[in-house]
Amino acid sequence: MDSPLAIIVVEPDRDRALAIVDAIRLAGEHRVSVLADPAGLARRVAEIRPDLVLIDISNPSRDSLEELALASGSRDRAVAMFVDQSDSGLTRAAIEAGISAYVVDGLRPERIRPVLDAAIARFHMVSRIRTELAATKAALEERKVIDRAKGLVMRAKGLGEEQAYSLLRKAAMDQGKRLSEVAQAIVMAHEVLK
Amino acid sequence: MSRVLRLGYIPLVDAAAAIVATEFGFADEEGIKLELVRANSWSMLRDQLDFGQVEAAHMLSVMPVARALGLGSGDQPIEALMVLSLNGQIFGLSSKLPPLPFGDPARVGQALGELGRPLRIGVPFPFSMQAELLAYWLDRVGGGIRVDIRTVPPPRMAKALLADEIDGFCVGEPWGSHAVEQAGARLVLPGSAIWSQAPEKVLAVRKGWAEARPDMAGKLMRALWRASRWVGDASNRTTLAEVLSRPGYLDVSPDLIDRALSQRLLIAPEGPEIPIRQFQTFHTGLANFPWRSQAAWIGARLAQRNGLDVGTAMQQARDLFRSDLYRQHIGPTGAPLPRCSDKVEGALAASETVAAVHGALILDRNQFFDGQVFDPEQLAS
Repeated sequence: MDSPLAIIVVEPDRDRALAIVDAIRLAGEHRVSVLADPAGLARRVAEIRPDLVLIDISNPSRDSLEELALASGSRDRAVAMFVDQSDSGLTRAAIEAGISAYVVDGLRPERIRPVLDAAIARFHMVSRIRTELAATKAALEERKVIDRAKGLVMRAKGLGEEQAYSLLRKAAMDQGKRLSEVAQAIVMAHEVLK
Repeated sequence: MSRVLRLGYIPLVDAAAAIVATEFGFADEEGIKLELVRANSWSMLRDQLDFGQVEAAHMLSVMPVARALGLGSGDQPIEALMVLSLNGQIFGLSSKLPPLPFGDPARVGQALGELGRPLRIGVPFPFSMQAELLAYWLDRVGGGIRVDIRTVPPPRMAKALLADEIDGFCVGEPWGSHAVEQAGARLVLPGSAIWSQAPEKVLAVRKGWAEARPDMAGKLMRALWRASRWVGDASNRTTLAEVLSRPGYLDVSPDLIDRALSQRLLIAPEGPEIPIRQFQTFHTGLANFPWRSQAAWIGARLAQRNGLDVGTAMQQARDLFRSDLYRQHIGPTGAPLPRCSDKVEGALAASETVAAVHGALILDRNQFFDGQVFDPEQLAS
């Protein structure tokens, strides 16, 4: 039985961090700690001395982990981005999922694989939920703008709701624009002219 | 075959050529569509290049060389097709430290030594011209200055100063001026005062890509070369600052960007504003030519600092700066080409006209602060 791995997850978003930690726990008995604040990341990692660091690929503080790749003292263990030689697909899948893994020198790829697989799956799920949330929010915003524009048209031209909406839709079609763009333009023009 | 090329970049003033090539039609003229992909960190940009999420990248000149020498993450060879900018680095200190004289490497070095305590200095990446120029300067200035180099993302420099994580920084614009505005930092020394012709950013691609797609490589290089010429033209400064300042690009005020472009930096919140010779070069003096000697200098420095064989490192580095491809793809535009792909770095006290393949060309002043001369041929023999 392999000893448990010490894993650091760098993730400022609490919910996301918890989701990833859960996924890793399912992959095995590992000691997982979460770093929410990326300040002084390299120092913290050097102190905690984990076997594996998981961090969002777009986290700006990732660059500080590169410092550790240079560590050459006898006490230090070099940290490098995990690139699985036997299966380059794993690193590619991780990067496409938006996750990067840093491993400490000497850790065998087969020990990392289950953890990384689990994290990748969870990253995909979390980012899908995020995208869906963002889309819902954007749709709501659009709805609000269209309603405002509709109201403005109704008042300005003395039209009913249905007619005002048709007028907006026709304007959008004639100009080859999206309904929300036309609505935005009307709202903005109204702000400027009032 | 697709005419779309994805080009990764980091929001910095020296990404100007990439942004201008898409915004002002230089890519269109070549019949390619450049898709700019903004990255949050150099590691991210490097991964995107390694794993084919972008075809090319605006990259720190030291990164391809470090990779070839086995330093840092990843092992896929990366090479430089052209240079996108020289210098533009600025070294600054926290307002908690006593004010220092501006611009004189020897005097600043002496003053730092007299502080008598180690300094924590933020740089954008362990493999960067910022880190190399700092090390070169501090190695030679004497005074026993102890420096602890920390990696800090450029937009975070101001915050890191305020949080007392660092005492100073060496970073590319606009992030030095940003630290002046946001954290009251004092600018002390431009990178150009350490080496007036230090290659800062290159156009990087995966090794072999330019040979596999010669047509695309040529179009990309010519678009960026023409964009660099536009960027280097002082009469375009105001427009350039406006475009770079947009939220999709650098997302800071045009005034902050204009400081670098005008080569006049406000060195502290209360001033003064100081003109800086050769602060940042985008095009003049054959700035876009990837000199093999520039790569050799980087290789030699990295080797010395990391205990590698200097001769081998210089040779490995030289091959990464593809002056041959520059000649092949930029030459036909009528751009001046030097007769030799090496030059003696640090040997020009003033700009000088030299014979080119056709006619003549002008090389800019090329000096190290300590008057040292780097002659790759002499070192290699």
